[in-house]
Amino acid sequence: MNPAKTLPVLLSPRVERLHPPFPVFRLRAWHGLAVAAIVVVASGAAVAQGGPTQLSPIGVIMKWMPLLLSGFVFNIAISLMAMTLGTVVGLALGLMAVSETMPVRKVSWAVTQFFRNSPWLVLLFFAMFLVPYEFRLLGVTVPFPDWIKAVIGFSLPVMANVSEIVRGAIRSIPDGQWESAEALAFSRRQTMWMIILPQCLRRMLPPWMNLYSLVTMATVLASVVGVSEMLTLTSQVHAAEGGRPELLAPLYGFALLCFFVYCYPIDRLTRRLEHRFQVRL
Amino acid sequence: MAPAEQPAWTPDQPIVRLRDVRKSFGSLEVLKGITMDVAKGEAICIIGPSGSGKSTLIRCINALVAIDEGSILVEGQEVNDPKLDKLALRRKVGMVFQQYNLFPHKTALQNVMMAPVHVLKQDRREVEDRARALMRKVRLEGKEDAYPGELSGGQQQRVAIARSLAMRPDIMLFDEVTAALDPETVKEVLQTIRQLVEDGLTCLIVTHEMGFAREVADHVYFTDRGVIVEHGPPRDILSNPREERTKAFLEQVL
Repeated sequence: MNPAKTLPVLLSPRVERLHPPFPVFRLRAWHGLAVAAIVVVASGAAVAQGGPTQLSPIGVIMKWMPLLLSGFVFNIAISLMAMTLGTVVGLALGLMAVSETMPVRKVSWAVTQFFRNSPWLVLLFFAMFLVPYEFRLLGVTVPFPDWIKAVIGFSLPVMANVSEIVRGAIRSIPDGQWESAEALAFSRRQTMWMIILPQCLRRMLPPWMNLYSLVTMATVLASVVGVSEMLTLTSQVHAAEGGRPELLAPLYGFALLCFFVYCYPIDRLTRRLEHRFQVRL
Repeated sequence: MAPAEQPAWTPDQPIVRLRDVRKSFGSLEVLKGITMDVAKGEAICIIGPSGSGKSTLIRCINALVAIDEGSILVEGQEVNDPKLDKLALRRKVGMVFQQYNLFPHKTALQNVMMAPVHVLKQDRREVEDRARALMRKVRLEGKEDAYPGELSGGQQQRVAIARSLAMRPDIMLFDEVTAALDPETVKEVLQTIRQLVEDGLTCLIVTHEMGFAREVADHVYFTDRGVIVEHGPPRDILSNPREERTKAFLEQVL
């Protein structure tokens, strides 16, 4: 008996189950690029009616591209540094959250909840005005420029979220792992670093990457406190070009495009990892 | 007994000695005064209905569970002592669990090697040779580089036994190690344990396998509701039980 030959109609839905049963609209990379292209081209058309002395929007973007991109690189740099700082401190907080000592757990809980439930912009202001301009240590003056304060400001919510990610991942490891490590005479610290945390990595990676995406997009908030990142520069470029209203869409569209091109692949990768880890577990 | 003035333990004394051990979880009293002696090289089987405190009993011996009252001496060392060096105790007492609990991010060989390398700080190459020998001993040659997820339940359990043996324990605790296995793989795990008993390793085995207990055990303890109802050589306990509760239990499982 060969069901594949005798019952081809019955077999096909089984195969279909691997894919969604109906077409699902998914935002793909080319959608973003298409929108951006339309914006840029349409604005170019609008300018064709303008005076000959004015540069077209594409011309403006080309002219200021190096400056704008350097601003974008600054955004990335801030996001990477905030993520690094926040991850290191957040990991410590997350480990404190599963400590055997109650006061340590309480402190971690309070700090984590406070910074996790605060608006990022408020935390940014908080860092801006509470961190001094410079820092004197043993006669050496260490200046704290605004961008460093922004890094600190963004690292606060990162820290709190990483703390939650770490705590959740550690809690998700079955008790049997702790027990068998204990029975093999591993100390608690050894168990944590050699047995529990390595298993947590795959559980932590997708939410951590997702958080990174959010931080990158949030870095434009630094424009509010005057850091020369991409949004600040875009607005300055717009002013320098005489504040022509038809330049608004292409200039900010370009900024959007930069972020999209950077964050979208991270998002795709996150999803792929999530999927792969789910299948394995 | 004053723990500070303990005489040195000698192998002719019981290697594990429990005196009136009591343990409660909240209002539930799980162990209601357990007393037993295990001689070096002896194989003990602990049988009894689920929830009779068997697992708690052997978890007390390596201090995974702290007891409320009583005394547990392992090689003359008091386990019910706040100053106890738990890690030192656990280096002497190996344990294998029902759910294997292998480390899933490490290969079988790495699972076996980890504790000697990191806990005992032994030379990695020497440990590796020993780990490979242990893998042969549990008849898993060729599976050294497999991850636990790629092994069957019985194979995982045998790696878990090898992992515990790699610490060269004086005493092994087995907590219903075949309860989660398919009937076909139970045999291979029991075969491995039987071999250890024949090698003269002191084994405390919590089990539901009555046939295995009859063949392997030097002494069988029947526990029910936190007390030892009766104990003795397997042919007495399993074939001619004196207590009604033992008879009822054996009728159910046999």
